[in-house]
Amino acid sequence: MTTLAPPAVRVKEPTAAGRGRSGSVAWMALPALLMFIAFGVVPLLGVLGLSFTTWDGLGTIHVTGLTSWKAELKDPELPHSLWVTFKIMILSWLVQTPISILIGVFLASFKRYRGLLAVLYFIPLLLSSVAISITYKALLDPNFGLGTGLGIGFLNQDWLGSSTLAIWVLVFVVSWQYIPFHSLIYQGAVRQIPTSMLEAAQIDGAGRMRQFFSITLPQIKYTIITSSTLMVVGSLTFFDLIYVLTAGGPGDSTRALALEMYRKGFMANLMGPASAIAVILVLVGLLLAQLLRRLGGRGDESQLEGA
Amino acid sequence: MTNSNFSRRNFLGLAAGAAGAAALAACGSSGPSNKGGSTGGGGGGSASYWSLSGPPGQAIRQATIDRFNAANPSTKIAPNFFANDDYKQKIKTAIGADQAPTMIWGWGGGGLKSYVDGGQVVDLTDWFGQNAAVKEKILPSSFGAATVGGKIYAMPIETVQPIVLFYNKKVFDQVGAQPPQSWGDMMALVPKFKAKNIAPFSLAGQSRWTNMMWLEFLLDRTAGSEVFNNVFAGKAGSWSDPAVLDMLTKIQELVKAGGFEKGFSSVVADQNADQALLYTGKAAMMVHGSWSYGIQKEQGGKFVSSGGLGWMNFPPVEGGKGDPTNTVGNPGQYLSISSKASAAQQDIAKKFFSTTLVDDQEKAGWVKSGGVPVLTNSDSLFTGDDAQFLKDMSAIASKAKVFAQSWDQALSPTAADTLLDNIAKLFQLQISPQQWVDNMNGVIGK
Repeated sequence: MTTLAPPAVRVKEPTAAGRGRSGSVAWMALPALLMFIAFGVVPLLGVLGLSFTTWDGLGTIHVTGLTSWKAELKDPELPHSLWVTFKIMILSWLVQTPISILIGVFLASFKRYRGLLAVLYFIPLLLSSVAISITYKALLDPNFGLGTGLGIGFLNQDWLGSSTLAIWVLVFVVSWQYIPFHSLIYQGAVRQIPTSMLEAAQIDGAGRMRQFFSITLPQIKYTIITSSTLMVVGSLTFFDLIYVLTAGGPGDSTRALALEMYRKGFMANLMGPASAIAVILVLVGLLLAQLLRRLGGRGDESQLEGA
Repeated sequence: MTNSNFSRRNFLGLAAGAAGAAALAACGSSGPSNKGGSTGGGGGGSASYWSLSGPPGQAIRQATIDRFNAANPSTKIAPNFFANDDYKQKIKTAIGADQAPTMIWGWGGGGLKSYVDGGQVVDLTDWFGQNAAVKEKILPSSFGAATVGGKIYAMPIETVQPIVLFYNKKVFDQVGAQPPQSWGDMMALVPKFKAKNIAPFSLAGQSRWTNMMWLEFLLDRTAGSEVFNNVFAGKAGSWSDPAVLDMLTKIQELVKAGGFEKGFSSVVADQNADQALLYTGKAAMMVHGSWSYGIQKEQGGKFVSSGGLGWMNFPPVEGGKGDPTNTVGNPGQYLSISSKASAAQQDIAKKFFSTTLVDDQEKAGWVKSGGVPVLTNSDSLFTGDDAQFLKDMSAIASKAKVFAQSWDQALSPTAADTLLDNIAKLFQLQISPQQWVDNMNGVIGK
């Protein structure tokens, strides 16, 4: 425990061998902590409080105990929207993960044309979700969309008006937008695999496939968990994309939890039940994040085990 | 664990991030909502006004405000315009956060009632009492939806908008069909148009209120205005009337017969795609508000001016009890004054109400856009290209035994949302008519 040096001096050291100093530099996390408390924790407590009230968003707030919770838990729309949320989550994970890993591995090798491709692949991430949704909505319009424009009848499906197709369109658009991001993460992870391991495998006579499954995949295990956590928790809060593309429709086929919350709160003026959904959303998110962390093991085993 | 080697760069990055976040947060709150609360400062201050964007209304509203501002340079009005669906959310949030604009534009009815219940809008009964001259300039039937519990909380403005059945005359000529005179005719026309690859009816199903207009007419034509009046009055089980099941079954028959264009449930009215289908000849008919005339005139090229657009009141249903002269729609638009606005702002708003909003240019502006003004003595202005449409709309509005307000405007927001939700599911064939009735009975009076 070396807590003698004043903070100003320590900050100037570019590579402080920080072991044991975490206590005294914790104040550096203060700005972030304050922001997090002000814009994360306080609103969360507010929502928790609101879920025990009845409020139409305009008049006075009445504390009504468990009324809102009871109403919400009895509403058949809650399990439905949970199911839709999980469906989008699982489908988009299943689509995004393999493609992201493959693109990530492909881009990881240092070749110039791949660098150019990496830039191109990255473009969807630069666009806002709303811009992407509006564009896709126009392209997929069954009467004035891409199919009519190009004269290809096959493209004139009822993309967003059919319950089964609409959810796949959502998964497609989500994947289109986020695969570049996850590819980037995997690219970085693959580049960090020590070349000595791959060379050793080559000497042992392992082919490309064998190297991929026996070296690359196990080595990026933690990255897969990170990327999956981002996907899973991120897909809980998909709102803008669904709202613009389908508004939860047709009927309620794509009404995920976040949309159900918005509908209850801002369209039906039922702030109590809407807050209850928000609390459920937070709990589900925390639970999933914890679960994925557990999947990753304790985190103290060596990545180079057996190398 | 060696995560603690914080360097200055880390710290600066963190600080910059925090500053950036703070700046972002500041941006977030300096949107239009701030203008709502602020008083501009200097001179006589200024009042704010929020309304809908898009043609043709926005230009007329802007012109009205420009006229007022030119005449009252020291007490100006600052307008903000939003798309229809965005506006509904935004105004609600702003009012709930006590950030309402001085003047709140709306549709009266249930929405206005929720503002009144929250004590958010000013009671104008006395003001209209003192300014009888202003009240006399407005159609009496428009005040119904502005009245809550016998008191007037809004000024009827802009236009009377009955909902009518529009049709594309050119497409009818092409197919050799006649405009429908009854529900039976409408159903019989479906296969005729489908055979020619033309959608019989255009419908922007994702917007939901568009689907609702169909049910409003079908219910009125089959059972008269009584059923919905009972719902509105909060009588338990009002939707259980057999006429309701009958008309719900009829609409699902139309959906199953392919009466609406392909993918109708993903078409949005705010983008006017439903109207584009009609004026491009991809659809033959469309049930829509009379405001659609102005949109089709502006966006449809020569379609309206060359006489391509036909219109009529919704035809009767065989054996129905409803009076075929009845209509539904918006008996007017409404402007309320926020009770949170300062006295000076309220005075500006009242001056705006009693001068510019009832002047002859206001009347002429709406007539020119193809609308029937809520202001009286407008008939003499119905000349030129739009004369026939305006006369017909005026006749529908004035001859109607019952001019019912749109359901979603008449009901409370909570009940209206359940209604729209169930209507969307009904058109998607996700629920049966009986389920619809059960679900809707559950929210009567809520």
